[in-house]
Amino acid sequence: MIEKRSIIIIGAGPAGLAAAVKARKSGVDDVLLIERDNQLGGILKQCIHNGFGLHVFKEELTGPEFALRYIRKVHELGIDYKLDTMVISIDKNRNITTVGPEDGLRIYNADAIILAMGCRERPRGALRIPGTNPSGIFSAGTAQRFVNIEGMKPGKTAVILGSGDIGLIMARRMTLEGMKVKAVCEIMPHPGGLTRNIVQCLDDYDIPLKLSHTVTQIHGRKRLEGVTIAEVDESFKPKKGTEKYIKCDTLLLSVGLIPENELSEEAGVLIDPLTKGAVVNQNLETSVEGIYACGNVLHVHDLVDYVALEAERAAKSAVRRIKGKSKKKSKRLMVEAGKGIRYTVPQIIDKTDKDEKIKIYFRSSSILKSARVNAVCKDKIVYSKKFRRLVPAEMEYINIPAEDMKGRNIRIEAVAK
Amino acid sequence: MEKDKNNYDILIIGAGVVGGLIARSLSFYDASICMVDKHIDAAMGASGANSGIVHGGYDAKPGSLKAKFNILGTAMMEETCRLLGVPYKNTGSFVLAFGPDDEKELDRLYRNGIAGGIEGLEIIDGDIAREMEPALNPTVTKALHSKTAGVVSPYKLNISSVENAVINGVEFRRETTVTGIVRNEDGFVVDTDRGMIKTRVIINCAGIYADEIAQMAGDGFFSLTPRKGEYLLMDRSEGGLVERVIFQPPSDKGKGVLVMSTVDGNLLIGPDANIAESKDDHSTHASSLDYVYKTALKSCSGIRLDKVITSFAGLRATPDTGDFIIGESEKVPGFYNVAGIESPGLSSAPAIAEHVAGEISCILGGLKIKPDFVQGIETHEYFRDMTVDEKKVAIDENPSHGKIVCRCENVTEAEVLESIRRPAGARTVDGVKRRTRAGMGRCQGGFCLPTVIEILSRELGLPKEEILKGDRGSNILTGRNRG
Repeated sequence: MIEKRSIIIIGAGPAGLAAAVKARKSGVDDVLLIERDNQLGGILKQCIHNGFGLHVFKEELTGPEFALRYIRKVHELGIDYKLDTMVISIDKNRNITTVGPEDGLRIYNADAIILAMGCRERPRGALRIPGTNPSGIFSAGTAQRFVNIEGMKPGKTAVILGSGDIGLIMARRMTLEGMKVKAVCEIMPHPGGLTRNIVQCLDDYDIPLKLSHTVTQIHGRKRLEGVTIAEVDESFKPKKGTEKYIKCDTLLLSVGLIPENELSEEAGVLIDPLTKGAVVNQNLETSVEGIYACGNVLHVHDLVDYVALEAERAAKSAVRRIKGKSKKKSKRLMVEAGKGIRYTVPQIIDKTDKDEKIKIYFRSSSILKSARVNAVCKDKIVYSKKFRRLVPAEMEYINIPAEDMKGRNIRIEAVAK
Repeated sequence: MEKDKNNYDILIIGAGVVGGLIARSLSFYDASICMVDKHIDAAMGASGANSGIVHGGYDAKPGSLKAKFNILGTAMMEETCRLLGVPYKNTGSFVLAFGPDDEKELDRLYRNGIAGGIEGLEIIDGDIAREMEPALNPTVTKALHSKTAGVVSPYKLNISSVENAVINGVEFRRETTVTGIVRNEDGFVVDTDRGMIKTRVIINCAGIYADEIAQMAGDGFFSLTPRKGEYLLMDRSEGGLVERVIFQPPSDKGKGVLVMSTVDGNLLIGPDANIAESKDDHSTHASSLDYVYKTALKSCSGIRLDKVITSFAGLRATPDTGDFIIGESEKVPGFYNVAGIESPGLSSAPAIAEHVAGEISCILGGLKIKPDFVQGIETHEYFRDMTVDEKKVAIDENPSHGKIVCRCENVTEAEVLESIRRPAGARTVDGVKRRTRAGMGRCQGGFCLPTVIEILSRELGLPKEEILKGDRGSNILTGRNRG
């Protein structure tokens, strides 16, 4: 038997929670939130550091506190949710199959689905770091869960590969637990995480950040015994003669996050190879009608506040669809990531209202000091905005008035002044 | 008379796929059998890290033990796997030619196969080959098609055979290293790091260490060289690239770099062949992985490096005799070698086991078949492979099937629990992984590791910091946070 719901949201992390609250507040009664863990909150549960909520709540919260603000609203609004329940398939007709120990296997159908499954960490294998296969190699988030949820230490002395935010946060966290963090290696010439995390998590604890460095070999038969690190050249190849052995029993990998889109792909959702998330229009609707995406499953964010705001936009679009107010699809315009831009979200613009402003999120492909970001239609700059500084680690956005685009495809470019 | 618990008719040294299948075949007989392995689990040597191929058998020299047991073993594989609930697929294989020289090699292999009595061999044109395997490069001029070749899960075959043996009464002693062998009138006294074991016969299945065991017994007439092969394993999304096992023409170093879809649906490329630094050197190297990738591209250009989920190395036990070493020692009666079982060892293993069991029975004066033995084990389909209705029933019967532990491979808590509770069950995170696939997917255990540790801790009654990845010393967590 198929159970019918108006909106089903997959994943109850920050994106799913914010989307559920927004959808319910917009007057949709039968919202269902599905979560595979035994609690609401997603990855925020283990992010016990502060720095969350500055944009949404105008105050500094920890991850669990940020989640709790939404969880309370979920309860107040009486939003239906399922815990310990995993979605095992979605199809293009918006049928969702779930399994859980209490409900067994169930099939739902939704008028709108909001994908909010978040992301996973890139494992060692994906980096093809050669060497042995001992214990003691963790992705940073897994180590964070061990320390913050299970109260267990992953080791005694650590090297961290990658300067993504979770890795930086964990450098501090492990130091506070009495572990020695010997180095953070970053293959790029610039840090992967937010500047405030470099300062507060590394500099404040005298943890060396080695830019343009990578791990070239893993040593140890049973438990990790050490790693070889080396400086890399412009093409990221290790430079001969720069190898250095560091003794350590733990290697943390903070080398990137990958949106978890296996379910989305099964439903036929088109994936952008640049973001590894869905291709969406300005309403965050994917290539499959009625399926929306937001948060880290759409593209990896650096601030949870932006995740929540994006989720609210997705919910708004889903509600509009249910209330029969979504516009008929007409000519699709493409948004292209041009020179100096790694990716944009959205990638597509569907028919717009006259006075609509299109919010385009992007990341630059390198560090640019005092840059201009231009929207170009047919070689003509139709919109331009100044940025004091563009960093790949920090997502930015521009708001382009729809009428400026005059129904043409646009290309977003970043140029140094 | 009470049976001496350290006194056996048969001691099998090594619980790899060869030792495991021999133990299973012998467990049908009325004999007391002990199997020791220095590792914490079965399948921790070469049987846990190889291509997982059932070879057609066309390239071994006719008349050699390799040729004989490959042909017999390949023929037995499907039925053996059925009895043991092991994934097996008869996919067929291609050896590719990229020009006239290779085509000559294909002809040689074909004639060699025909001379050896191999069935299901044909040489086909490049165009036909591409029709059957669209991912093959346009440079392929011809292919030797073997219809009998296939793929199997090597560690599942290994683990299930050990379980079958244990159910029939074989004692499996893990973490037991043989340190000395003394021959006496009744048989042997074998010293281990966990005490002495008396036995009438010894079967030496110690893999890459079999030469050292033979030396201990006083007949070190052969030596084994560890030849390392490195592999790249890719996401299941890539498994559809090829249906058959795609070889390149063999060289003096072995069968070369292959491209295949494993029985679990991942794309696998490799191996290369280099002498390993030592017998426990399982390290991978940037240069080797690079070579594997570039060489594999010669067969199919559509292999995606960004889809790699892990790399690994396996060691082949290459004997200096040029062939499998199977038989009772001439110098030390009762000491039976099954050594140098390099490729096509996996394909040959079921036939080797049957042969060795028969010979051991003779050595012991003719063993009787037990009235109550089982020749297979009960297994279930993986949850992820069940239909929607089957999943529904499975969860209704056992709600812990509704708890997905490994989200990449859809492994349920019920499956993890069962892998630990079965006879000769998992004791480690890697043991759970090999039995259930939890942690084998694209996130490589990032999400399920904490849950698997928790379940192992609960089931084994050990604190979490004592849970191991593999052998002793491979603890994953080192202690509790500051109080």
